[in-house]
Amino acid sequence: MVKKIMTGNIAAAWGARLSRTEVIAAYPITPQTIIVEKLAQFVSDGDLKAEYLHVESEHSAMAACIAASQIGARAFTATSSQGLLLMHELLHWASGARTPIVMANVNRALAPPWSVWVEHTDMISQRDTGWIQFYAESNQEVLDTILICYKLCEDKEIQLPAMVGLDAFYLSHTSEIVDIPDQELVDKFLPKYEAQYPIDTENPLSLGSLSMPHQWYPEFRYKIYEAMERVIPRLYQIEEDFYKQFGRRYTGPLELYNTEDAEVVLIISGAAAGTVKETVDILRKNGVKVGAIRLRMFRPFPKKELVKALSNVSFVGVIDRSFSFGHEGAMFSEIKASLYGTKFSPAIKNYIVGIGGRDITTDTIKKIFDNCFNCLKNNKIDAHVEWVDIKV
Amino acid sequence: MKRAGIPTEEFIYSGHTACPGCGAMLVSRYLLKVLGKNTIMNIPACCFAAIPGTFPETCLGIPLLYNAFETTAATASGVEAALKIKGRKEKINVVGFAGDGGTADIGIQALSGAIERGHDIIYVCYDNEAYMNTGMQTSSLTPMGASTTTNPVGKKGGWRTRNKKNMIDIVAAHDIPYAATVNPSYPMDFIKKIEKAKEVNGPVYIHAYSVCPTGWRYQPELGLEIGRLATETGIFPLYEFEDGKYKISYKKKTKQVIEYYKLQGRFRHLSEDFINEVQTKIDKEWQKLLLKEECSNR
Ligand SMILES: Cc1ncc(C[n+]2csc(CCOP(=O)(O)OP(=O)(O)O)c2C)c(N)n1
Ligand code: SF4
Repeated sequence: MVKKIMTGNIAAAWGARLSRTEVIAAYPITPQTIIVEKLAQFVSDGDLKAEYLHVESEHSAMAACIAASQIGARAFTATSSQGLLLMHELLHWASGARTPIVMANVNRALAPPWSVWVEHTDMISQRDTGWIQFYAESNQEVLDTILICYKLCEDKEIQLPAMVGLDAFYLSHTSEIVDIPDQELVDKFLPKYEAQYPIDTENPLSLGSLSMPHQWYPEFRYKIYEAMERVIPRLYQIEEDFYKQFGRRYTGPLELYNTEDAEVVLIISGAAAGTVKETVDILRKNGVKVGAIRLRMFRPFPKKELVKALSNVSFVGVIDRSFSFGHEGAMFSEIKASLYGTKFSPAIKNYIVGIGGRDITTDTIKKIFDNCFNCLKNNKIDAHVEWVDIKV
Repeated sequence: MKRAGIPTEEFIYSGHTACPGCGAMLVSRYLLKVLGKNTIMNIPACCFAAIPGTFPETCLGIPLLYNAFETTAATASGVEAALKIKGRKEKINVVGFAGDGGTADIGIQALSGAIERGHDIIYVCYDNEAYMNTGMQTSSLTPMGASTTTNPVGKKGGWRTRNKKNMIDIVAAHDIPYAATVNPSYPMDFIKKIEKAKEVNGPVYIHAYSVCPTGWRYQPELGLEIGRLATETGIFPLYEFEDGKYKISYKKKTKQVIEYYKLQGRFRHLSEDFINEVQTKIDKEWQKLLLKEECSNR
């Protein structure tokens, strides 16, 4: 194991390198660019034996990854924002074709106006594509999650693609100490990819052809549904293996922070979770019973785990770093829906924060906690959705 | 084994769902006869996506990968890259098989990218001159004068007045190692060109004339004759582009376009004047092609 100081982008590239990805097809976009550059360097230096395709768009990048995966190669790509959106059609194709592709997505806002800074709308709007979705908090987690994802995605009972989100600039361009695991250990953890049904001329299969309503289409979809249901239990097992192999522990789809006796809990995903946890520490020092939950995984949605974690909480503030126009934050909707019909139903409010990369400070989070306590005291939620720190 | 130069082996079995007389069937049949068993074919949305049958059936004796409409060349790139890294590329032909819409319109970006990257793939466009799978809408390869459902004949005209994109020139501008036009009405020429394509190391583009009785509105048994007329009138010249040189494979431009147009319902509304205009255009294009051949071979 080597410790190095590196950005989230470099950590993502290392994740792909250590996973021994065999086909990389990617297209540059700020702030993801360094991932594809670093991978190109690895390939040029012979440190990674892979076919590197300089595709002409993200759409083609994903098409090439799907095909490569169907032939039986381990495929990787990275993108961000507009690039992820351009892939949208093929994201559905990748999961429908059951290709265990892993992708790093640098979470970035969408235009117009142009913004290259963090927001989660790009990934949240891929919610229904059938991809497993992780949101990382640190550069170490970016690297490790890529290894975990390949193991998870290639599991014979799962066979689905996954994306790992890393917040633009806060992770992509910020340096942290990262442990680079030994290649031999990674090889032990993540053996060579063996496709279940590789396309082969000795056994001519036809993949993805037409299916009439009375034939197999719903069954194909049902199988994806079933596979998604298996993801979280399998994730716990894989993370246990990961801990044994590398000594780093991950906590499944949620990270709980001081939630056990908390009266008010804030839920967030991505790098800003660090700020929330710091604020929790500050408030706890003053005896305020607050906690935080970091949502590491958005698909499959960890409803059971969330409900359990919230069972003794009186008030939940959900921080969305994206917005579903005409409604509310998507995470908020999902969390509310998860609580429906449960015995303990905490009050819940949506905070839209840090849109387009606007800084989230401990002051912002304190303000949100204050508001939560106010609502709790008055026994009334002042607004269903609140856009925090908005100038209008 | 070959009969009169044509391999006897078949890779298309009975049970396909194409219309009677579909040109795409002949194109794929000749293509696969030459390429043989070690071929992986990828197919986007188009008529041919429906032709081989519904899951889990297939009437093709080779592996098929289906993909989204605009991805044929990108998918073929991914297949080739994966075969290469797996050490299997040597004996496998990677084929992209797409319609004119999937090639000249929505998929042209991916095609350009794949040729530029130099993948060892054979891209075949079967050109039935419209979006047939969605019911005969205009594509950028719909010929001058044709009526389609999006160029319907109306009180003020409405039929297509623009000419086809020249796909061979477009791929030639990429400095592609080999490109050629083929027409199933000329099977020996077709076979020879695919045999050549098979040997090329790098991207190949094949533009295949592909009759469509349903969309062009003629009786299915006329298909081969219409195909011959297409080449004899110079509407669909047979030629190659190889190592930067154009080479015309069939030089007898002996017939007038009217003979070709009058057999098909899609041209029925045209006036003599308009057809003369088309004739002028075709003659000019033919002269240009002769010049291209001459100049590039100098
Ligand atoms: C992104 C996208 N847009 C539109 C379609 C609908 N579509 C399916 S096939 C087709 C036309 C195909 O035309 P062409 O490529 O010429 O092949 P043909 O059907 O004539 O064989 C269209 C428009 C689609 N499948 N995907
Ligand atoms: S519509 Fe035309 S191209 Fe499509 S199957 Fe029928 S004949 Fe063939």
